[in-house]
Amino acid sequence: MSELKLMKGNEALAEAAIRAGVDAYFGYPITPQSEVIEYLMTERPEQRTGMVVLQAESEIAAINMVYGAASTGKKVMTSSSSPGISLKLEGISYLAGAELPAVIVNVVRGGPGLGTIQPSQADYFQSVKGGGHGDYKLYVLAPASVQEMSDFVENAFDIAFKYRAPVLILSDGLIGQMMEKVNLKGQQKRLTDEEVIKRHDSWAVTGKTNRERNIITSLDLQSEKMEARVRRLMKKYEQMEKEDLRYEEFQTEDAEYLFVAYGSSARIAQKAVQLARAKGIKAGLLRPITLFPYPKKVLFDLADQVKGILSVELNAGQMVEDVRLSVEHKVPVEHFGRTGGIIHTPEEVLEALEQKIIN
Amino acid sequence: MTEEIIIAGFGGQGVLSMGKILAYSGIMHDQEVSWMPSYGPEMRGGTANVTVILSDDRISSPYLKVFDTAIILNQQSMDKFEKSVKPGGVLLYEPNGISQHPTRTDIHIYQIEGNKIATEMGNKKIFNMVIMGAFLKIKPIVELENVIEGLKKSLPERYHHLIPLNEEAITKGMNNVKTYLKEKQVL
Repeated sequence: MSELKLMKGNEALAEAAIRAGVDAYFGYPITPQSEVIEYLMTERPEQRTGMVVLQAESEIAAINMVYGAASTGKKVMTSSSSPGISLKLEGISYLAGAELPAVIVNVVRGGPGLGTIQPSQADYFQSVKGGGHGDYKLYVLAPASVQEMSDFVENAFDIAFKYRAPVLILSDGLIGQMMEKVNLKGQQKRLTDEEVIKRHDSWAVTGKTNRERNIITSLDLQSEKMEARVRRLMKKYEQMEKEDLRYEEFQTEDAEYLFVAYGSSARIAQKAVQLARAKGIKAGLLRPITLFPYPKKVLFDLADQVKGILSVELNAGQMVEDVRLSVEHKVPVEHFGRTGGIIHTPEEVLEALEQKIIN
Repeated sequence: MTEEIIIAGFGGQGVLSMGKILAYSGIMHDQEVSWMPSYGPEMRGGTANVTVILSDDRISSPYLKVFDTAIILNQQSMDKFEKSVKPGGVLLYEPNGISQHPTRTDIHIYQIEGNKIATEMGNKKIFNMVIMGAFLKIKPIVELENVIEGLKKSLPERYHHLIPLNEEAITKGMNNVKTYLKEKQVL
């Protein structure tokens, strides 16, 4: 049964985790995502579903608890904000290397360093260009509403188990802290140990059964074996690009100018489209919902139609590189964004389009 | 219908909770809503503000530069947000503690003496509901019954016995809001 509520993005995500039948959450508080663990602790999910919620001694401990629990085929997740995610990156690379399903949430704040507690999208590079070491990618979902903070938890686990790979939900302080109407899904049952064994016996460490032992590791000192592992990972990423790309177009049908923006910036750019249209400027918006896989082909095609593209991000210019790679110099591509925790207004975004692209 | 509102004042005046109750009332009215607070260091002892949007359509940006209505509860917020009201829009303010009254002539300006009314009612915490009443008198975008439903949703059950008091405060706010005439400013 679904339920309509007014919730903060962080709370909606936490509630969705309980309802999605997640087995365990390991975390460590940091603004602006502390409501996730706070909400989980208050809701007593150990009583509602038997879900384990544990505040670890550090972010590093939390991500390694995720590694351990994911090895057993359970549904596990963690969340943090930018500096905390930096700490988790070693563990995230290990999760990718060991081919473990897990969900990681980053409610981004301004950086570098401790930066600011206010919203930012400056972790784009970290999220889609590796972040941790080695040849790996994360499937990256970028929610732009409280509803998506809720819905993407289940989507993320579906992908994580489909590919046996870590999935990142890349949010930010704005989406995490704002409240909107959210339609919560009904409660899913957590899998029993028997069900987990039945589903994941081929790879997970599920206890002694009549089979060869399963080994969870990211280490392969034999070069050919290691290369085979890397190739296997690359195949997964190719399949993600073919089967699980997600994006949304807003008023692009007749657009002469295009904004590209994700997450909170996409919401602001959508308003900028409305303001532009009111002034007679035919603007449209492409919102990548997955940042990897990226809607390269969609952008490549839109570049035949539009006169110029503005990448709108709360950072000093990161995703703009992928926009440029996608359109292959067919049209001018510029970046606009604020940093330091300042959020651009729709008016500023429109002004940037006029100054950088139209004029 | 889309109504874009900023509510701004001191932390502790009930700015955020008023916004929340308004948002919940919108949900009860079957509208799309968003509630975007200013969060961070400025909340500690300083100003607090929240952007609330109620709309019949999907809401685009939850973060705005200009507003249909600004509800202003202290001088700092007046300095910051008087200029952010759209031409033809509404500025509602609590005159207590305001030294620089609004000067714009292209917007509708109203006053509500929320502090005085709440003090007379014997409960200063009811202040924000007096303001809410004043706002709803000017812009009846949600019905009173939906606000009461919104209160039920956003208040923990142990405070539900205070709902009649909240309702009374809203009514007082509705009855006591007055147009601010610029002539009065010349003293």
